[in-house]
Amino acid sequence: MPETRIVTKRLRDHPEDSWTIDRYLATGGYGALRKALGMSPEAIQDEQVKASGLRGRGGAGFGTGQKWSFLPKDVYPRYLAVNADEGEPSTFKDHMLVERDPHQLIEGVVISAFAVECHQAFVYVRGEFALGYERLRRAIDEAYERGFLGRDILGSGFDLDVILHRGAGCYIAGDETGLLSSLEGERAMPRIKPPFPAVQGLFAKPTVVNNVETLSTVPAIIERGGDWYAGLGVGRSTGTRIFSVSGHVERPANYEVELGTTFRELIEGLAGGVPGGRSMKFFIPGGASSPWLMPEHLDEPTDMDHVQNDLKSMLGSGAIMVFDETTDPLLVAWRLAKFFAHESCGKCTPCREGSGWIEKILYRMSHGLGRPDDLDLMLDFGDNIVPGLNAPFAQTTICALGPSIMSHVVSLDRYFRDEIAERMGADTRTRIPVAAPGGGSR
Amino acid sequence: MAFTTQNLTRAREIVARYPVAKSAILPLLHLAQDQDGWVSPDAMEEIGRILDLTPAQVLGVCSFYSMFKREPVGQLVVSVCTNVSCLVNGGPELLRALEDRHLDDDDVSVEEVECIAACDLAPVMQVNYDYHGPVDVEAATTIIDEYKSRVRTPRTISGTRVDAGAAR
Repeated sequence: MPETRIVTKRLRDHPEDSWTIDRYLATGGYGALRKALGMSPEAIQDEQVKASGLRGRGGAGFGTGQKWSFLPKDVYPRYLAVNADEGEPSTFKDHMLVERDPHQLIEGVVISAFAVECHQAFVYVRGEFALGYERLRRAIDEAYERGFLGRDILGSGFDLDVILHRGAGCYIAGDETGLLSSLEGERAMPRIKPPFPAVQGLFAKPTVVNNVETLSTVPAIIERGGDWYAGLGVGRSTGTRIFSVSGHVERPANYEVELGTTFRELIEGLAGGVPGGRSMKFFIPGGASSPWLMPEHLDEPTDMDHVQNDLKSMLGSGAIMVFDETTDPLLVAWRLAKFFAHESCGKCTPCREGSGWIEKILYRMSHGLGRPDDLDLMLDFGDNIVPGLNAPFAQTTICALGPSIMSHVVSLDRYFRDEIAERMGADTRTRIPVAAPGGGSR
Repeated sequence: MAFTTQNLTRAREIVARYPVAKSAILPLLHLAQDQDGWVSPDAMEEIGRILDLTPAQVLGVCSFYSMFKREPVGQLVVSVCTNVSCLVNGGPELLRALEDRHLDDDDVSVEEVECIAACDLAPVMQVNYDYHGPVDVEAATTIIDEYKSRVRTPRTISGTRVDAGAAR
């Protein structure tokens, strides 16, 4: 099955210059903006974006039109914050979109700002995206010069300023409220909700935070209609999504397909499957925060609700990581735990402490020093991070980072308990002495 | 060392872009790092004066973000990813080899980084935030040496293109 290229069409058709204003205009760019400025903001929100069924592409999958509709009436100013702080391990779609089609993002930003009646938008771009920042900077300057940004855009009377803001290396700034804290010049610590950003966001004003891929999809929806978009995909997972496929695959890359496409078509069809004739051991379907899936799940459709409700995982950021039969699941779990322990902002105790504990325990398990009861130990205190340990996860923390670390512990328990028991039991190397309850040496 | 006159003007322009001055803290830290090659205590004090914050507040924010170097580093920062897609494609081995090679090299600082969103290029590294991948040890050392001899033009250690002037 081939890709269905909507958001990635230009950058695939014109890899040599897809990011330039000339190419953008020559391929119909900013036509959707002209069309949108002739509509009412309500019509764009309801008849186009809400009707399209578009759901956020950053990870949470919340309805975009619905998110916009939460803005309180008649409260101004309001802000649009664009989340280009892509940091979820193995996700590399927004990186591609800002580098290779920045004007598409800007057009989506202007249309969305017009729809939510906002006059100042902030694009928070990940600090490490040096070239992406440069291309966006240039694209924004060009958009101002051509009258797509600034005062009285295309004679419509609508004004919009876009401020490009560079991050500086911090995963949690990609959380919706962490991003707002960072934009305000604070440590990027997430905030408790409510109040939701729509009510009290950036500088305590109503704010919409949307992901790069989400906003990059908006021009196509305006151009071809919300109903057209809703006709693509499956169930409540409408349209297409860009899946970043990497790890042990023949052709690691971003693939844009209709939602509902099976994991097998993505991993084996488009990405060419596991190289060297080896077989797959497991895969992670939706970024480093999602619980793992097994080869037996390959024929399941990429339907956000199905993956969450029936497979107890999630499509998250759309990053699929594939691991072959030679992979040590404990090593993968440890490396992801190390990531979360490093990136925990330290605000909530269960995450700050728990992530470090899990990292240490998984380190010893994956490096020949594990104890037979280590998995149960992690499940025991992990219950204080994710009460019930059952997907979809409940959480005792402000944001989803803490629970994310438990995805891997839960996955080890689900699929590799026997393998782990055998390895920990059979391990005769140096044991770290465990103190008896109530006493003695450590 | 504080901002040059030119960068002080630029700093004021950056501050004026935001509804609240404090928002300019990350861009100003990048500006300081572009100018000096690291973020010195003096620079943090100066940023505090510009934004009406204490030096401790500036340090508190600065130390939260991994791109800011609070000690002098080499002119080239080599960032090697070892997160899972790179882990299973040789990232840790690449990191170890480059760390060993540049252990006593004042010009090159090698660091382990978290996923830099280029897993299709695994194992991937950045040299002053320009991507290179997939690279084995041999390809990586060739690329680093080309930067050292300026066959390739590196960005600043904050990732700004040198011919584009300092961060905007």
